[in-house]
Amino acid sequence: MPSRGSATTAVSGLVALAIAVGVVAMLSIGVGSRFIPPDSVLSALFSPGGGFYDNVIWELRIPRTVAGLVIGAALGLSGAVMQGLTRNPIADPGILGVHAGAAFGVVVAIYVFGLLDFRAHVGFAFAGAALVSAAVWLVGSRGRDGATPVKLALAGAAISAFIGSATSLVLYADSTAFDEFRFWSVGSLAGAKADLLLAAAPFLAGGALLAFGVIRGLNALSMGADVARSLGQRVRLVRGAAALAVVLLSGTAVAAVGPIGFVGLTVPHVARALAGPDHRRVLPYSALLGPLVLLGADIVGRVVAIPSEVQVGAITAAVGAPVFIWFVRRRTVREL
Amino acid sequence: MDEEALGARGLVVGYRGHEVIDGLDLALMRGRITAIIGANGCGKSTLLWALSRLLPSEGTVVLDGRDTATLSTREIARRLSVLPQGPSAPEGLTVADLVARGRYPHQKWLRQWSEADEAAVREALERTNMTAFAGRPIDELSGGQRQKAWIAMALAQRTDTVLLDEPTTYLDIGHQAEVLDLLVELNVSAGRTIVLVLHDLNQAARYADRVIAMERGRIAADGTPDEVITAETLRAVFGVEAHVVADPHSGAPLVIPASVPPAVRRAAQPTS
Ligand SMILES: Nc1ncnc2c1ncn2[C@@H]1O[C@H](COP(=O)(O)OP(=O)(O)OP(=O)(O)O)[C@@H](O)[C@H]1O
Ligand SMILES: [Mg+2]
Repeated sequence: MPSRGSATTAVSGLVALAIAVGVVAMLSIGVGSRFIPPDSVLSALFSPGGGFYDNVIWELRIPRTVAGLVIGAALGLSGAVMQGLTRNPIADPGILGVHAGAAFGVVVAIYVFGLLDFRAHVGFAFAGAALVSAAVWLVGSRGRDGATPVKLALAGAAISAFIGSATSLVLYADSTAFDEFRFWSVGSLAGAKADLLLAAAPFLAGGALLAFGVIRGLNALSMGADVARSLGQRVRLVRGAAALAVVLLSGTAVAAVGPIGFVGLTVPHVARALAGPDHRRVLPYSALLGPLVLLGADIVGRVVAIPSEVQVGAITAAVGAPVFIWFVRRRTVREL
Repeated sequence: MDEEALGARGLVVGYRGHEVIDGLDLALMRGRITAIIGANGCGKSTLLWALSRLLPSEGTVVLDGRDTATLSTREIARRLSVLPQGPSAPEGLTVADLVARGRYPHQKWLRQWSEADEAAVREALERTNMTAFAGRPIDELSGGQRQKAWIAMALAQRTDTVLLDEPTTYLDIGHQAEVLDLLVELNVSAGRTIVLVLHDLNQAARYADRVIAMERGRIAADGTPDEVITAETLRAVFGVEAHVVADPHSGAPLVIPASVPPAVRRAAQPTS
């Protein structure tokens, strides 16, 4: 590390964030639309017996909290990698067609195969996200200089719009599909179960490994493809690996819990504002800020409308949009 | 002694079908300073890019006696560094972090930062007099300081061959001399092969061992400064009339444009 002082600050920042995430995770286990007395929460955690509260904690709250942690980390990381890959501070994984693809996958599952179980939707959503982003990548990387940010953005916008209108067409034609889809289309952590998280784990772990593996490549790319190449980076390989990381992370996230906006977009901005533009810091910061924001929003969603709940996707959109606008107005949106 | 460091055989480079350079041969000798001059748009940057393998081209580029087609991007980056014209860094990146990135070609995935990296970065900052700016964000520097930070990054790469595209643009007269003296110093003390694009013909004449004048993608003149910087070549390459005299200080050719200065023109105007 060339500048040791700032490396130390970066590490203490990460420790502080990790503690904050721990606190929010505890809150997430303790707080819900159903009130559980703190001593029952503690006894459920440390000496579970099989009582009603123990079941609520272990079957619902803990899987939900773990989902918030891993999905939050996945959204934060994938946003940071996406913005680094495209050198675009307002890029989010949606540019690669991940969300359009997942939505289309769910619609196909409902309309074509008549699958109403949300577990089936997970697989279809992931397949849709993977296929559509692969198509965006293929179209966007044609030509000599490969997947340049501009070509990717254009290919992503065009293909997402096309897939999006196909999705709408089905939804307007079929009212059952519309009802089912409406339920899916606002992301929620409430349905997260242990087996679902286990199935998602390898994809998320692979995506995270890839993301941390391309840190140096992203740093080099941030100075332009030519400079990156002159520093010995294989630009196509870096871009391909970064895009794959984004698809694995955000594709799995959207498949597991539905679309959750603004976390992937806003978190990397906060990370850069706190830690500067170096991806060695932006990525770990984003991986901790993501769960902090997502779990925080989920807890808010559980308590704002007791006895019912507001889905976390609605909270992040309602809170994320103004925060993002505030960032833009403060001009802390750093150019990449 | 005369060994080729970098060369091109039958080089063809173009953008989208139209060829900018169409069949160029070149041999740049080790331990020399070569200046490339020529009008805007004649293909100087394109040539530098093709030589450093940043642009795909037909023909062969030979680096340290090896066809670059057989070298990996990383191996090329360990032998040759290139400073582009007007590079951009992300906002907030510090000088120290930028210069440290010059070490990427020497780092492995697991072994990230070594003593050698530390030493190379420190030396690059010292040589460019940028140590005091190490902790400052690049975007908060003046154009000249920024330019020196990028030169420091290229130096930290510690390659035998260094290509620079207009390294003195944006610099005041004092800093121009500082950068060029630094390059000469690298050339003399460390035997680096240096190729630079310059617009200031007098600098080219004074600092380079060899001057290559380009015109529409071809080499129009090639030789020592005395051979290349002549009134005839300047007329042919730049379309300007100029006197070339011997610089009283160094004896190198000195270009004096022969265009008519405004004061003289005004005096000659008939009063109506
Ligand atoms: N990316 C590009 N795409 C298409 N044409 C290009 C591109 N870059 C340069 N050219 C063209 O190639 C020719 C040579 O450009 P080049 O940048 O090599 O000139 P140069 O000699 O470096 O000029 P300058 O002194 O202005 O830097 C010009 O006609 C230019 O228009
Ligand atoms: Mg140029």
